[in-house]
Amino acid sequence: MTEAVISLHGVSKVFHPPRQRPYVALEGIDLDIQAGRFVSVVGPSGCGKSTLLALVSGLLPATSGQIVLSGRPVSAVRSDVGFIFQRDALLPWRTVRENVALPLRFRGVPATVAGSQVTEWIARVGLSGFADNYPHELSGGMRKRAQLAQSLVNDPPVLLMDEPFSALDVQTRNLMENELLELWGASRKTVLFITHDLEEAIALSDELVVMTAGPAGTIKARYPIDLPRPRSVTEIRFSPAFVALYERAWNDLRDEVLRSYQRSLSAS
Amino acid sequence: MTQSAIGVTRVPLSERAGVIRSLQILVMLGFVGTWEILSQVGVLDKFYYSRPTLIVPTIAEWITQPGTTLFRDIGVTLLETVLGFAIGTLAGVATGYAFARNHLLGAAFDPLFSMFNAIPRLVLAPVFILAFGIGLASKVALGVTLVYFIVFFATFTAVRDVDPAFIDNVRILGARRRDVTFQVLLPAALSAIVASLRTSAGFAFAGAVVAEYIGSNEGVGRRIAVAEAFFDSTGVFSGIVLIAMLALALDGLLQLVESRFSRWKPRRER
Ligand SMILES: Nc1ncnc2c1ncn2[C@@H]1O[C@H](COP(=O)(O)OP(=O)(O)O)[C@@H](O)[C@H]1O
Ligand SMILES: [Mg+2]
Repeated sequence: MTEAVISLHGVSKVFHPPRQRPYVALEGIDLDIQAGRFVSVVGPSGCGKSTLLALVSGLLPATSGQIVLSGRPVSAVRSDVGFIFQRDALLPWRTVRENVALPLRFRGVPATVAGSQVTEWIARVGLSGFADNYPHELSGGMRKRAQLAQSLVNDPPVLLMDEPFSALDVQTRNLMENELLELWGASRKTVLFITHDLEEAIALSDELVVMTAGPAGTIKARYPIDLPRPRSVTEIRFSPAFVALYERAWNDLRDEVLRSYQRSLSAS
Repeated sequence: MTQSAIGVTRVPLSERAGVIRSLQILVMLGFVGTWEILSQVGVLDKFYYSRPTLIVPTIAEWITQPGTTLFRDIGVTLLETVLGFAIGTLAGVATGYAFARNHLLGAAFDPLFSMFNAIPRLVLAPVFILAFGIGLASKVALGVTLVYFIVFFATFTAVRDVDPAFIDNVRILGARRRDVTFQVLLPAALSAIVASLRTSAGFAFAGAVVAEYIGSNEGVGRRIAVAEAFFDSTGVFSGIVLIAMLALALDGLLQLVESRFSRWKPRRER
């Protein structure tokens, strides 16, 4: 067995919002992800999925427990990961080309070298005709492509994705999912993918992690997914193995979604 | 656009540039013409309201008079405007930025700033003239107080409300503190300044003219005060027309600057 690239042991996160009671977002998270694996996390909204990614990337400090990324404990923001945010994070006042070039600029890569890398990545995500456009001039799907190029231009070994395609229409989403699998197949990065869409999670991943409802969200179940690759996310949904897995995982997830819903009702 | 029955796309009347332009000229001519006629037939007293056929020659005379001080007056007023605008903007950006980045500072000064902002600042003109004299300084000071609060609040809100996702994203991409400042926070502030540019420059101009009117020995505002002292309504109106022309020219120039810096914005936000 290869060494884990992402490993969490006994990780918890407590928020202390001003003038409110502390809120336990995550508790007792143990998770090891081997190099090159594609792991998806599903759970009801508010269960702490985004918080989990913030902890792994070092954007937020864990309250307790140990997080190790690529062999080094996480103690500050890690720029050796790619992070695709749920919301658009491209700088609106920069063109696609300038946005994709940012990480190279921050690292002091000479402009000539950066230029060719940027052009190559823009082409790889299919945005060659739009390099000099501003984000608002692109469709939602194109903006996600630009963000992929921006996150991958440095070639980080780990890719963290927070519901990246949730705002896209179904056709665009399926297209993007297939392209993501292609990119991943070519590079075999370690991917931690957050979604609330169980179908998407199973279709993409090697492993599925189901979380419990918050507060104190934790891991409820893990399912290995041994569906053959390469996959087409649009077709794999019809395979009997997919359907069987979906049913088992849905049983787990449904309970948590209901629990989360009831808690939100009693809280309000 | 509407489709006609035979499938040819036609631009509706209301969207044709030529039509709009002709109507605009018509409205202007109508206004000036009505003024002139009402004055000629005696409905408007020429002593108080002058009339266009008196104003135009007066302005022409100001321009062509040998040894005219008109251009010097315009220069003085524009210099006061530019200085008031530049100093007010710099101070507004610096403090707006600092207050947005430092919550304690922002909270501590909030009541004081709200109070100052509530004062109609044109009433400060006499105070500044007493304090700084009738020269350039008092005009610039009034412009600064007008511009400062506009730019301060615009910068403060823009920097405070920067989407945290932008900051998280660039930090993951390897940005240091300095990069966050120069790539995210300052551009957000700049965008607010550009958005408030026309308002704040307009106020700097108004501040200069009002302060000149109240106490000065040069500038276009001074021309109005002098004409008023001689009960010369034509001189007063000529000064007003001159000021309107200058304000329009200034605004047109700033519109160009604004569109140059707003290319990245969706059209409806420009
Ligand atoms: N900065 C914060 N301060 C206080 N509470 C927070 C903060 N960030 C997240 N939370 C709370 O933690 C819980 C988990 O949030 P999040 O990780 O965004 O959930 P998910 O991504 O699964 O929908 C939510 O109840 C949310 O309100
Ligand atoms: Mg989330």
